[in-house]
Amino acid sequence: MENLVLHLDNIQKSFGGLRALADVNLHVEEGKTHAIIGPNGAGKSTLLNVCVGRLKPDSGRVTFDGQELTGKKPHEIAQIGVARVFQTPEIFQELSLIDNVMLPALSRRDGAFAFNPHLLLRSQSEIRDEAEHILGDVGLKEHLNQEAGSLSRGDKRRLELGMCLILHPRLLLLDEPTAGMARHDTNQTIALLQKIKERGMTKVIIEHDMHVVFSLADKVSVLARGKIIADGSPDEVREDPVVKEAYLGGAHE
Amino acid sequence: MKKIASKDSKLLLIFSGAVLLMPLWLAPFGAAYPDLLQKFAIYGIFAIGFNILFGLTGYLSFGHAAFLGVGSYAAVWSFKLFTMNVLPAVLFGVFFAGLLALAIGFVSLRRSGIYFSILTLAFAQMSYNLAYSVLTPITNGETGLQLTLNDPRWLDSLYKVAGEGLPSTELFGLKMSGYPGFYFCAIILIVCFFISLRIFRSPFGLMLRGVKSNQNRMNYTGLNTRPYMLSAFVISGMYAGLAGSLLAVTDPLAGAERMQWTASGEVVLMTILGGVGTLVGPMLGAGLIKYFENIFSSFNSNILHEIFSFLPDGIENVMVKVTGLFVGSGWHLTLGLLFMIVVIFLPGGIVEGAQKVKNLFVSNDQKGSAESSPEKQAVE
Amino acid sequence: MDAIIIQILNGVDKGAAYALIALGLTLVFGTLGIVNFAHGALFMLGAFCAVTFNKIMTLSVKIKDESVTLFDAYKEEPYLKIWFGETGEALIDYAVPLSILFAIPIMILVGYVMERGLIRHFYRRPHADQILVTFGLAIVLQELIKASFGANPIPQAAPAILAGSANVGSWIGLGDTLVYPWWRLIYLGFSGLIIFSVFAFLQFTTYGMVVRAGMRDRETVGLLGINIERRFTIVFALAAVVAGVAGVMYTPILPPDYHMGMDFLVLSFVVVVVGGMGSLGGAVAAGFLLGIVQSFASMNEVKQILPGVDQIIIYLVAVVILLTRPRGLMGRAGVMEE
Repeated sequence: MENLVLHLDNIQKSFGGLRALADVNLHVEEGKTHAIIGPNGAGKSTLLNVCVGRLKPDSGRVTFDGQELTGKKPHEIAQIGVARVFQTPEIFQELSLIDNVMLPALSRRDGAFAFNPHLLLRSQSEIRDEAEHILGDVGLKEHLNQEAGSLSRGDKRRLELGMCLILHPRLLLLDEPTAGMARHDTNQTIALLQKIKERGMTKVIIEHDMHVVFSLADKVSVLARGKIIADGSPDEVREDPVVKEAYLGGAHE
Repeated sequence: MKKIASKDSKLLLIFSGAVLLMPLWLAPFGAAYPDLLQKFAIYGIFAIGFNILFGLTGYLSFGHAAFLGVGSYAAVWSFKLFTMNVLPAVLFGVFFAGLLALAIGFVSLRRSGIYFSILTLAFAQMSYNLAYSVLTPITNGETGLQLTLNDPRWLDSLYKVAGEGLPSTELFGLKMSGYPGFYFCAIILIVCFFISLRIFRSPFGLMLRGVKSNQNRMNYTGLNTRPYMLSAFVISGMYAGLAGSLLAVTDPLAGAERMQWTASGEVVLMTILGGVGTLVGPMLGAGLIKYFENIFSSFNSNILHEIFSFLPDGIENVMVKVTGLFVGSGWHLTLGLLFMIVVIFLPGGIVEGAQKVKNLFVSNDQKGSAESSPEKQAVE
Repeated sequence: MDAIIIQILNGVDKGAAYALIALGLTLVFGTLGIVNFAHGALFMLGAFCAVTFNKIMTLSVKIKDESVTLFDAYKEEPYLKIWFGETGEALIDYAVPLSILFAIPIMILVGYVMERGLIRHFYRRPHADQILVTFGLAIVLQELIKASFGANPIPQAAPAILAGSANVGSWIGLGDTLVYPWWRLIYLGFSGLIIFSVFAFLQFTTYGMVVRAGMRDRETVGLLGINIERRFTIVFALAAVVAGVAGVMYTPILPPDYHMGMDFLVLSFVVVVVGGMGSLGGAVAAGFLLGIVQSFASMNEVKQILPGVDQIIIYLVAVVILLTRPRGLMGRAGVMEE
């Protein structure tokens, strides 16, 4: 019944003496939104960094849809179809919004580098149309030519999400997409994420805000001290006494 | 999109007009003689090419003089061995500079930031030192590579008899000195500008700007940036080689001092002065620096005495002494000061400065729309 | 054997000069985060402090030459000799070492003015801007020196007692064929002393500790309530003094001219980068390494096998090290790789 696409098997990662990931096993079902929650310093961001090739695990392997991700370079992983939204938005500050979204689209198409004069000199209108469309999706259509650096923090996150969406990723990793956002912005982001949920891409989301988690997630894993301590549907996890004890008790009230 | 495209053609048209008519509108400035005009065009090409690398990717190369030098040597060898026709010379210059850029870029682009700058500097210094020492058979060492009477020139010798004295460079019979030489350079400059314009507007250019802005994100969008950077490096090296070969076209000799790192510094200054990452900035910077170099270094104390002769003798002498520091052989002092002033007060170069002045005259609500209008994009 | 020892001495000597300049360069980079292309100019200014001091010492007056009796002859006689006789002559003889005392206050002043007037405003600017503005400053300084001292090298004499060569061979039992100029040996010892003092200053004084902490993490030090800005000025002045006295002492080896700063700058930058930006130990190690490598490459035996290798060896080593060790010999991660 289940069609698991993303597998993290026995991932271990230490920084000096600090054991960030002790022994993580995680399996994500295709088309579902899988939330990872856990207290600060539990190793959540490290886990995502391992997935996208920013960090190399000490042992264990990551596979996506049968393809090995461990040891691959970031751009190769991205070409397989894994996109990521960072905790601090990684955008092109100096470029306009429309350029920000067009760039990933161009990489998607020409990332393997087809160097011909055509590519060099061709006009870019069909990609521009798509970029405008995506900017509309994330609610930034009004300021196409504004410099990205001048956006508010929440808008930057939305822009980054748009940059990931135009890649048509099969797996989208979101690192605290609503951290530091006002309630209103948070709700907007939830609505946006719910909207793209229908497109069927697999999502892994790290989040502190339980409101966000329970509105979006199909499945929740709880990470504490580098280990998954609980797994299940949101309701199951909510009722799990271990989790309640370790983490949820204070946060969800 | 269409709007930008038409703005671009307008820009290209204005640029071409301005370049081709330089002999006219520069006359009142005392700069309308062919030797200087040729320099404007040649160094314009050099700076425009440098800007493709530095302006778009933000990688600061301190070794572009090497490509300039190689272009010159290749061109002179083409004159010596094959023909005095300039076309093969230019092609050889571009080709060999591109080859060298491919090798140097392949290695240097493994690092970024100052490490990249130092690597390019190291390669350029190696080329310079080698040109002075073991490569003397090719470069003729300190004397520089020149044409001689017993050069083979076998393509030319096939169909014409060598005349008296040294032959001069020509394009199918048209001698490349004076104004024809300038127009030849000017047309190449316009083509170069057009290519640079298209690169800036192309997806390729946009990707390079993405690398400059956030290389990390570029990687996470699935782009292997290395081949893109290498292409930009090679293109910009070929521009430098082209400029070098044109130097040889207008004056057929090549010396190692063209490869020295101060020459690399000069092109950096031109680009910065005009405006890094802008389309017309590098050309403006190159023109201004060559103009001032020419004007300032031609002053001597006699001319200065004439200028200040309206002052009482004592003051006149002081003035001549003080200004004498900055002109003639002291031109470099002015250059250094200019360098500092531009970096301190005008980090965006002349183009940005002009824009600021322009914005002063535009009322506030217009400013908002001017910010995002294609007009600005066309200039930048 | 002799040849090898000579080459090692030559290399260490050259390396000492590189190391001294690179030391200040990397100190300024490590603490202030400034890429100072005018550092070579400071070295040159130091050398011209020696020239100026020598000029002052030998200020002369025209007096009648008593030794010529047939007709009235005149000769230049330094005031110092007229006033103090033999002591004065001795003072003139020791002009180069004495000019260190003259150079130190001047270099402190130069460093202070440079940091306050220019460098300070570039802490938050991109490295490219720093490179460019200091490059401009270097040109200005070198042109000013050219305008006031001319374009030709001005030889400076070492004190007469140190003018000859030391019989190094006999010291280590290798016979009399191995000789080496005294002044170069002095320079070597002097460099060692300066390098040692800088390290001791940074290692053993609380002041130095703060500076070292600042090299590691500037913001935290600032948060501790330490006036890091004022210390930056002092660090910059210190670097200027180190470069300056290195320049003073180098004058008997290489007659100073206006472009000596630029010549050394390029090499020193290579040294700094090879050592690892911001690493003091790395700069010193790389300085000596490159100096020795270069002097061996310029041996005739080597040149016969690999012609031209002496011209490029330093850059070649630099390229190899940068490619195999991305941060140089002892550099830290993340420095200048934006």
